[in-house]
Order: sequence, then structure tokens, then C-alpha cells
Amino acid sequence: MRWIWIDTFVAFESGVSASAVKNVTLAEEYLYDHFPGYPVMPPSLMIEGMAQTAGILVGESRGFKENVILAKVRRAEFDEYAFPGNQLRYDATVDSLDDRAAVTSGTVSKGGKTIGRVDLIFSHVNQANKPIDLPDHNFVFTDQFMRLLSDFRGEADHG
Amino acid sequence: MVASRDEVFSKIQEVLTDALGVDDDEVVASATLQDDLGAESIDFLDIVFRLEKEFSIKIPKGELFPDDILSNPDNVDGDKMTPEGLAQLKAAMPHADFAEFEKDPLVAEMPKLFTVNTIVNYVENKLSATA
Repeated sequence: MRWIWIDTFVAFESGVSASAVKNVTLAEEYLYDHFPGYPVMPPSLMIEGMAQTAGILVGESRGFKENVILAKVRRAEFDEYAFPGNQLRYDATVDSLDDRAAVTSGTVSKGGKTIGRVDLIFSHVNQANKPIDLPDHNFVFTDQFMRLLSDFRGEADHG
Repeated sequence: MVASRDEVFSKIQEVLTDALGVDDDEVVASATLQDDLGAESIDFLDIVFRLEKEFSIKIPKGELFPDDILSNPDNVDGDKMTPEGLAQLKAAMPHADFAEFEKDPLVAEMPKLFTVNTIVNYVENKLSATA
């Protein structure tokens, strides 16, 4: 399984906000275990979807020079389940961004209705402050994430 | 108008309950952030961001929670802070109460300087400086 939990960006304003969508499909293996006979997307994976949306937003704003590490889930609240066939939308906004870290807030929606709120803190890890057991290269923004952003052609194309 | 100490305390109580997932009644003036309220390293940054927003202040890196004094080897001798290190720390943290710590300045005891009261003092100083 590829560890990528958003399908495409539908809006992106550098350093300010980003929106991505995720189509939940029965082809995803975890749905057969969560739960047998009652497939729902685990909220932890919706947090990951928001972390990828917001993390790419944060990384892009500083030219992908640093690894952007999810350091803290400040808030994660969900009101409803997401089922196969649903399209989720992650809307993320940068609240604060500096050398040390970034704070983002965001909503998860389904069919235009907000079903969750996820606020995150990311740490910036670069060569100067990297723990010794982490690799030298940028291990967060791998090709599959970079491709996701380079494929983004604006909201009109995805209408 | 400058906020009263009670108003500042009440806002800080809310900041800490949100940031650390603790109950209101745990956030008493003498509570230490790490031992009593369970704060981890990233929580200190979270607290700084929340205080900046709540009080509309700017908190420069290391001003509320100085983290670079211990990294200077001259400031530490074995498990204790040197007199120079302690002097630097006291100068950097006028908002902290050193009465107990300076009797035996063990590095391991340093987290006890970071209490709820330390934050209240810091924010009060900051607000009165900008009033």
C-alpha cells in the first residue's frame, strides 16, 4: 500500500491555504478490517490526510528545504463516519509559520458538510538540527508527494 | 487597560488545559509544566504559540523557556549548573522563582522552574511592558 492519503489538490495558495480531496473506495484493504462487515475510514487516517494536505502546504511555503514533521495533533474532532463512496475534502490553513515550526488548522468535510476539525503542529527538521538517526536526504517530501503538487493545475481543471 | 493578575491567570489556565489536555483544577500556580501537567518538548512550543495568540504578544525564541544556556559546557559541571550558568539563567528568567533551585542547582531539577506561576509572571511583565 502506498502511504498517500489524498488524491489531488483542488486549491492551493502558497503559504496560506490548501485544499485536497480523498475518495474513499472499497479497494482499500484496511476497510476489510475496520470493521469486518462495516467498512468505515478510521479517523486516524483522516488526521493523516489532513497532515499530508497541511504538511505539503507548509513544506512548499519554505521551498521544501526542510523535512516537515508532524509533531503534535492539537485538536482532532470528528462528528461522522466516512464510508466507501464518500469524497472527503481537507481544507488547511497556516496559522503560524517560523523557523521552528508551523501551526495549521483545518476542517474535514463530506458532501459540503463539515464532519471534523483537525489542528496540527509541524516541526521543521533540517541538516542543522537533525537528530543523528535520521537520513540526510529529504525523507518526507518523496517523489509521490511532489508529483501530487506538480500535477495540480488549479480548481477549474478539477471542477 | 492592563489585565489583572487573576484575568491573566484565568486565560493561562485555559491555554494550558487546551494545550496539555489537563483539567482546570490541575492548573494551579505552583504546578510544574513537565512533572505535574505532563508537558513534553513540543508542548512548550504549542504553549508559546497559544500565548502569543491569546495575549497578542510576540514571544522570541528562548525568552519564556530558555533552552540554550545548558548547551554551553561552561554553564554545567557534572550534574550541576556552574555559578556562571546559574547567573545567566537567572538573568534570562526574571519571571521564575529560583529560591529552591539555587540552593542546589541540579540540572535535572531545572524543569521545576517552569511552573504555571512562571508563565503568569512572564505574561504580566510582557503586558505591562507593552501597555
